[in-house]
Amino acid sequence: MDLSSALSLALPELILAIGALAVLVFGAFRGDRASGAVAVLSGAALVAAAFAAALGPLGVAFNGAFVVDRMAVYSKVAIYVASAFGVVLGHGWLGRASNQKFEYPVLILLATIGMSMMVSSGDMISLYVSVELQSLALYVLAAFQRDDAKASEAGLKYFVLGALSSGLMLYGISLIYGFTGAMRFDAVAAAVSGEAGAGVIFGLVFLICGLAFKVSAAPFHMWTPDVYEGGPTPAVAFIAAAPKLAAMVLFARTLSQGFFGVHDQWAQVVMIIAAISFVVGAFGGLMQRDIKRLLAYSSIANMGYALLAIAAGTQAGLQALLVFLVLYMIDITGFFACLMALSRDGRPVTTIAELSGLRRVNPGVALALTVLSLSVLGMPPFSGFWGKYYVFKAAIGAGLWPIAVAGLVASVVAAFYYLRIIKVMWFDAAPAPTDGAPAETRLVAFASAAFCFPLVLVALALLDPAARNAASALGLG
Amino acid sequence: MTVTLAHYLAVAAILFTIGVFGIFVNRKNVIVILMSIELILLSVNINFVAFSAYLNDVAGQIMAMFVLTVAAAEAAVGLAILVTFFRNRGDIAVDDASMMKG
Repeated sequence: MDLSSALSLALPELILAIGALAVLVFGAFRGDRASGAVAVLSGAALVAAAFAAALGPLGVAFNGAFVVDRMAVYSKVAIYVASAFGVVLGHGWLGRASNQKFEYPVLILLATIGMSMMVSSGDMISLYVSVELQSLALYVLAAFQRDDAKASEAGLKYFVLGALSSGLMLYGISLIYGFTGAMRFDAVAAAVSGEAGAGVIFGLVFLICGLAFKVSAAPFHMWTPDVYEGGPTPAVAFIAAAPKLAAMVLFARTLSQGFFGVHDQWAQVVMIIAAISFVVGAFGGLMQRDIKRLLAYSSIANMGYALLAIAAGTQAGLQALLVFLVLYMIDITGFFACLMALSRDGRPVTTIAELSGLRRVNPGVALALTVLSLSVLGMPPFSGFWGKYYVFKAAIGAGLWPIAVAGLVASVVAAFYYLRIIKVMWFDAAPAPTDGAPAETRLVAFASAAFCFPLVLVALALLDPAARNAASALGLG
Repeated sequence: MTVTLAHYLAVAAILFTIGVFGIFVNRKNVIVILMSIELILLSVNINFVAFSAYLNDVAGQIMAMFVLTVAAAEAAVGLAILVTFFRNRGDIAVDDASMMKG
């Protein structure tokens, strides 16, 4: 393959990389006054990249390090759209928090390049570099409110544990490289087909632990509640959505493409992590008073369901993963948009108790929050139910019914805390009126609530074949 | 006595373990945590270079170059976050980094 066709495969990443550098220089010359223009340009770059990804060619470039298949394209479009929402939500929120810095959209662009390389990585070098590119930008985003002690503590914890997880992942990669003699996933797969030695399995367990850190699966979740609580809300909304999809797709590609021959070995590890995740997520959330902390436990539980889909190791499992994560991303973005819409006397609403009586003072946001809670809870016919339905169907189809039953029980336990939010909003007395909700947060909140129901029924008709088509790219049975 | 692959792997494994323990057992100072992270990354580099020489394959050395580069970027970001943390707290003791619990 010659250079120009290789570059045309990487066109979305090139648009984002050149765009990020250009807006960085533009912002550096114009200062924070230009943050509006930087946000618009960054959003335009993301939309352009989404079109380039959707319409671009498929293939493998750079000696197998960069894979553009249908799964990568599906994930990239979802990631770019979610990142564009991250730019929109972040711009308004930071303006109101009088911390309008032009670097915010640039950091989102850099993280997005990392994510889109993650879903395209075809060997372990690009895996590592892309994960780091994404993570380094996210550490800075978590600490973006630099005058806030909680935000810098969140950034520091995220950084230390993230760096540790990269170290674990890297040690695993070094062992896999040493014992198979290969960096590319297809060459690794050829080396471990049928049977793998203890060294490879040892390295694989390290690699899985490192990736589980990145998707905030228990028992590697300790950074999640602190980062969610301390980080600025729009940055957390961004961290909670697109990076999870990217890391999960990378997880699925690494295991299903590089290590399909030892599926029995890694499926056990992934299933244990999944089971611990949804148990920790369900029970850890019960005692929480802070809404963002609650959402952290909710995301830990949901990553457990996503890992269950990966553990199935079938094409139906991958399809379930892709559908589930896109629906989850929309839910969680809407949830955080509702949170950003709510404030009292200029102070953001952070605890569940502060939501009381929201039905009277802000009925629109209360309704959106109710729909989104029911959806994340998995109540039919909302979108969260359909995501879980795909996952459990795939898990049972692969014979993992004990874990699937445990997941159902955990989701019943988790239902308690979503229902408590709804109860507090609709049946408790309102202490004081809330401030008017900013336009963009209201728009995103209502749009995602409308997507959860009824738009999801139409969207599923498109999402289902698209995800099946994407999942077939790995060629599983 | 000749130095074989196993010796390199043993050194790397020991350094890696020291690094991981340095993060978890350390109760004093965040700078020590940054040093432990460097130690982990460098122990991995020993692994990569040793395997690369053993396998007669250049990919491991290329990876070691990438790891060195990323480690530099990581240290820069980590120190920057540490500076904002210090400005807000006036201290970088690990025990103080616990405003949030639960």
